Formats: sequence, structure tokens, C-alpha cells
Amino acid sequence: MAVEKMSIAKALNESLRKALETDPKVLIMGEDVGKLGGVFRITDGLQKDFGEDRVIDTPLAESGIVGTAIGLALRGYRPVVEIQFDGFVFPAYDQIVTQLAKMHARSLGKIKLPVVVRIPYGGGIGAVEHHSESPEALFAHVAGLKVVSPSNASDAYWMMQQAVQSDDPIIFFEPKRRYWDKGELDTESIPGPLHKAAVARAGSDLTLVAYGPMVKVCLEAAAAAQEEGKSVEVLDLRSMSPIDFDAVQTSVEKTGRLVVVHEAPVFYGSGAEIAARITERCFYHLEAPVLRVGGYHAPYPPARLEDEYLPGLDRVLDAVDRSLAY
Amino acid sequence: MTVESTAARKPRRSSKRTSAKTPAKTPEGSGPQLVQLLTPEGERVEHPDFEIDLSAEELRGLYRDMVLTRRFDAEATALQRQGELGLWASLLGQEAAQIGSGRALRDDDYVFPTYREHGVAWCRGVDPTNLLGMFRGVNHGGWDPNTNNFHLYTIVIGSQTLHATGYAMGVAKDGADSAVIAYFGDGASSQGDVAEAFTFSAVYNAPVVFFCQNNQWAISEPTEKQTRVPLYQRAQGFGFPGIRVDGNDVLACLAVTRSALERARRGEGPTLVEAFTYRMGAHTTSDDPTKYRADEERAAWEAKDPILRLRTYLEKQELADAAFFTALEEESEALGKRVREAVRAMPEPDRLAIFDHAYADGNPLVDEERAQFAAYQASFAEEGN
Ligand SMILES: Cc1ncc(C[n+]2csc(CCOP(=O)(O)OP(=O)(O)O)c2C)c(N)n1
Repeated sequence: MAVEKMSIAKALNESLRKALETDPKVLIMGEDVGKLGGVFRITDGLQKDFGEDRVIDTPLAESGIVGTAIGLALRGYRPVVEIQFDGFVFPAYDQIVTQLAKMHARSLGKIKLPVVVRIPYGGGIGAVEHHSESPEALFAHVAGLKVVSPSNASDAYWMMQQAVQSDDPIIFFEPKRRYWDKGELDTESIPGPLHKAAVARAGSDLTLVAYGPMVKVCLEAAAAAQEEGKSVEVLDLRSMSPIDFDAVQTSVEKTGRLVVVHEAPVFYGSGAEIAARITERCFYHLEAPVLRVGGYHAPYPPARLEDEYLPGLDRVLDAVDRSLAY
Repeated sequence: MTVESTAARKPRRSSKRTSAKTPAKTPEGSGPQLVQLLTPEGERVEHPDFEIDLSAEELRGLYRDMVLTRRFDAEATALQRQGELGLWASLLGQEAAQIGSGRALRDDDYVFPTYREHGVAWCRGVDPTNLLGMFRGVNHGGWDPNTNNFHLYTIVIGSQTLHATGYAMGVAKDGADSAVIAYFGDGASSQGDVAEAFTFSAVYNAPVVFFCQNNQWAISEPTEKQTRVPLYQRAQGFGFPGIRVDGNDVLACLAVTRSALERARRGEGPTLVEAFTYRMGAHTTSDDPTKYRADEERAAWEAKDPILRLRTYLEKQELADAAFFTALEEESEALGKRVREAVRAMPEPDRLAIFDHAYADGNPLVDEERAQFAAYQASFAEEGN
């Protein structure tokens, strides 16, 4: 056992280090990932230890980063690429959607593209435009991609290991405002499969489903609800594509109520997908309609308004109350 | 735990190729290919293709622009440190490139900036305090681009070069004789959008000037990580001229940009101007250049300081007296004070502003969410009462 307390950022760094050590075909690529160690320092020290051939500072060209990663993967490498911020993935969106997602199917399974695209995402850090977005639904909607997001240090470490080993392309969303949150990490025992949801807190009256940055808010909401005598279960989805609907169903069959929480706009968001599926699966168990809490159908606002835009404790608790009132 | 690699294939060649190492530095910014009219020592020199004849007043004007822009920039940096701004992208060292090119523009020309063109904004008459709203986090822009023909700052690297090209295509269609200028950095030259802008502008002969401030760095990556040929030479492959100018020489920047704009006006199409300059500060206030950059490099560029060089010239030629410099110092201080006070007095945005302007023609979903949001906010006010 090697249990340590570390931040999500450090856990990701350790995980990438381990991946580079374990498999000589693993490459790290991206803007500023070398000497600087990335703008969030997730790749700190890796170029120093593994060299410029394995930890590659790329030109400032996202389509180029993902497009060449596809080529490297075709040649047998396992690239882990960094997109500097959520809002800058779109120059690469073409390569991700039209090429990365589809080549396996087009080749009748002959081609495997073990590419991980790391994207620091979400708001809450007071940044300027294009630095706070939650575009996960845009990727989850695309068949051929898998989309995950850890919410704690242990998952950050292990999910990254699993993503690197996966033969499918993985869009790995890192909750940037949680980078500095510390948690316990056991680097020797794998917590579970990559796409399995986890019960972050057990409860019996209502289920909160969240992933990435919102798990913490939901845990706080559950703790606050507890003080009012309400027992709220928090399910950390961990994977947005595929979604572990069995785990959501199990929880909802127990509690009868479901609220889905994410930062991304509610409209056409992952909450809609979960609500629809769970309504199908748990129609007779539901005591209330599935509710969603998330961002609005408006551009991500300037930093001074992001606390209003992002779902906070109050908005989650409000939805909990509304659900319980049915 | 074992990791199975899919890379079981053997290399086709037995002799291992040496992998591509970082190429040698792109040619230094000197020599005949660099247009210079004022040396770092403050001496006027001639260039066969670019001449400039400015009055003493015009020269003092350029100096004033650079000094005030630097003062504004320093104030914004200080305000960020004091927690008044969330972020700041300093232009320190790039004053000549921005003022020289900015003063070459006519009022009816149109500017597409990045997020660092504070000096160009100054030349366009945009109130500098307007530039701070987005860095303070109260808005995403804060000025009407059509008031001064100065578009909103663009953060996504390279995007605006295509907008500039399209705008220029529109100018040409309208039969107008104004020109368009797009600013971007050396890092941006790697983006597909920029290559596409070059293609479109050449194919449609658009009256656009691409003004690349090669400040040697894209955050931590030196120019060699973006290109193996000097950037100005790229233009040739697209079918239009490229010129490298000493970006720390305000006179050369003015002359070269003027000539490129005139060329555009005459209907002769785009020009790429590479202003060879240096970012003296950090990329932004979030950046730590000590992680990737040697102190000596900055020191070497300090000797080429654009403001100092013009000052030396003004003093040697007795084009400005002590009273001018003292008055300018006072003006700088006043500007700093005005900016400081204006930032602190910026009103907090209204909460409902989240929903403002999401659509031009409105949208029922936005209206519904807005009403829900308002009711929700109001419920707190009631509780508080
Ligand atoms: C498409 C995109 N990718 C990444 C970024 C993050 N980023 C902001 S500035 C910058 C470096 C830009 O360098 P350069 O174009 O040389 O301009 P400079 O800032 O040096 O003036 C990067 C990578 C971005 N804003 N947009």
C-alpha cells in the first residue's frame, strides 16, 4: 500500500509519468507541455526526465496536434495530447469528430486509435472568455469517442492510466478548478473500471448525479441536506460516454428521485440524456420528474458573473427540495 | 500492471534515423532583409524602398504615443497585481510595432486585433479604460467596434485573420478604398486559420495587411517551435509580398505599414509584415518566464528598447526639449491615475446581463431561463427582508 495525499494536478502528473515509464510508445504532446510543464503544470518535469522526443512541445495548432496524434497512433504510438483550455479545442474538433472518432469503424476494426485528448474544462477560476467552457456533450454525442472526467485525485490517477491503455480514443476532461484539491490516492490498487460510476456518498431519499467539478458541490449539498434530515445519495458518473446507467438505475430504484447536476448548459446537455434514459428505465420507481441543474442557454458570462451562472450549493439544494416536494 | 502496446511492428529501416531535432534558430533579425530606419543607438539610416519624412511634431507625437501606451500597460499590470484585474497581457517592448503600424492607419481602415493590441487601440482612439473590462471580468469587450473601426479583442489564436480577410473582401466588393489590418503573433502563424486567411486573401486579392508581431515567444515556445523559415518569407508561397521590419523601430514600422496599406488600397492585394520584436515581460500575468527563458535574452533586447531609441534621436537632434519630457511625464502620471480610478469605479455587471444579447432576435428558451433566474434571485432578497 502506498497511500498518499495529493492534488488532482499532482496525481495527473504522476499518472502521466507512470504511463511514460511503463510504455515506450506513450507520448505527451501539446502547447507548452515541455519546459513550462503546461500552463497548469500537469506535465511538469516530464520533458526533463523523458526528453523532447517523448514530451513534445508542438506548434500552436490544435488541428495539427490532434491530426498528427492520429498519424502517430496509426504508426503504433499512444499519444496523450493536451489542449490548453476547453475553448481552444474547436480548431481540433474537425479532426476529433471526422477522423479520430470514425477511423476504427471505417477500417472495419482494423485500425485502433489509442489517443487521449486531455482538456482542462469548466469555470470557477475567474478567467477570460473561452477558458471556462464545458463542451462535454459535444463530444459525448459523437459515436466512436469515449468521454470521461475524474472528480478526485485517485480517479485522476487511475482513470488516466486506464485512458492511456484504452484502444479507443478518450476525451479526458480535467476539472480545472479542482486541480488543487487534495485527496487520498493509493497508487497500487485500481479502484474500478474506467466507465463505471461510483457512489460518492450513500443516501436513501434522493439521488444526485454529477461528474467532474460538480461532484464536490453535490457532496456539500448532500451534507447540508443531511442537517435538515434528508438523506441524499451522490453518484459520481466519472464517464459521460458511455454512461453507467445501471448504477444510476440502481440508485434511483432505491431513492425514487433524481437530480442531475452539471456546469454545462442544461439545454441538450448530458442531464437530458440521463433524464430520458432513467425515465424509461425507472418509470415506476420515480416519485418525481427527473430534474436538471446546470448552466443557461447563454454564452459563458464574464468572470464577475460566473458564480451566478455556475450551479452552486443553493441551486442544487433548491432542486433537491423541489424534487422532494412532489 | 502490464501495459500492452499496439506498437508491435518493427521499424522498416535497420539503421535508426536520427529523429528531428529542434532546427537551428531562424535567421536573426538583422541584415539587409530587416527594414530599419532608426538604429538601436538612435541614428537615422536610409532604406532604398522605405523612406519617411516626419516633422518634429510628428516624431514627438510617436514618442508620446509610445510612452503613454507603456504607462497604461504598466498601470494595468500593477492593477492585476493588486487584484483589480483577473489577468493582463502586457505589450511591454512592442510599443513601436503597435504605434508605428497604428499611426499608419486611416480612420476608415479597420483593425482586427488579438488581445495585446493596447497600443493600436490607443491610436484608434479607443478609451484605454474600455480595454480593461474583459480583464477585470465585467464584460467580454466593452466597446463598439464600429465606433473606432477597432474590432473586439480575439482570444482564440488566429481566428481574427479570417475575419479581417472577409471584411477586406467586403471592402473590395463595395469599391471602397480603405484597407484592413489583422494583428497576430508568431505562434498564431502555426494555426490553420492563418494559413487559410493567407489563401483567401491572395485568391481574392483582398485589401488586407497581415501584421505579425514576432515577439519571439508563444507563451513558453520560441519561434523555432512554430516555423523553420523566417515568417515574412511565408507570404511568397501564397503569392503576396512579405516584409520583415525592425519591430522596435517605430519609424520603420510606420513606413512599412503605410506602404503595405497603400498597396492594398491600390487593389494590389495583401501583404505580410513581420515586425521583429520582443515581449519583454511575461506572456500574461499568469505566466512565469523564468521557467523557460534566460535573463540575458531580455537584457539583450532591452538595449533595443523602442522608446529609448526614439528618445535618443529626439534629444540628439534637439527635436524635443526638457519641458516636453517633463510635461509628458506628468501626462503619463495623470493617465495612470485616471485608469486606476476608472477600473476601481467600474460597476459590477447586472446579474441578468448573463442573458442579454445571447440572441439578436430573442429566443423563448432564454426568456424562460431569464425569468426563472430573476425569480430565483428575488427569492433571496425576500428571505433577506
Ligand atoms: C486556439 C488557441 N490555442 C491556444 C490558446 C492559448 N494561448 C493564448 S496566447 C498563446 C500564445 C500566443 O502566442 P503568439 O501567437 O506568438 O502571440 P503573443 O501572445 O506572443 O503575442 C496561447 C498558446 C489560445 N488562446 N487559442
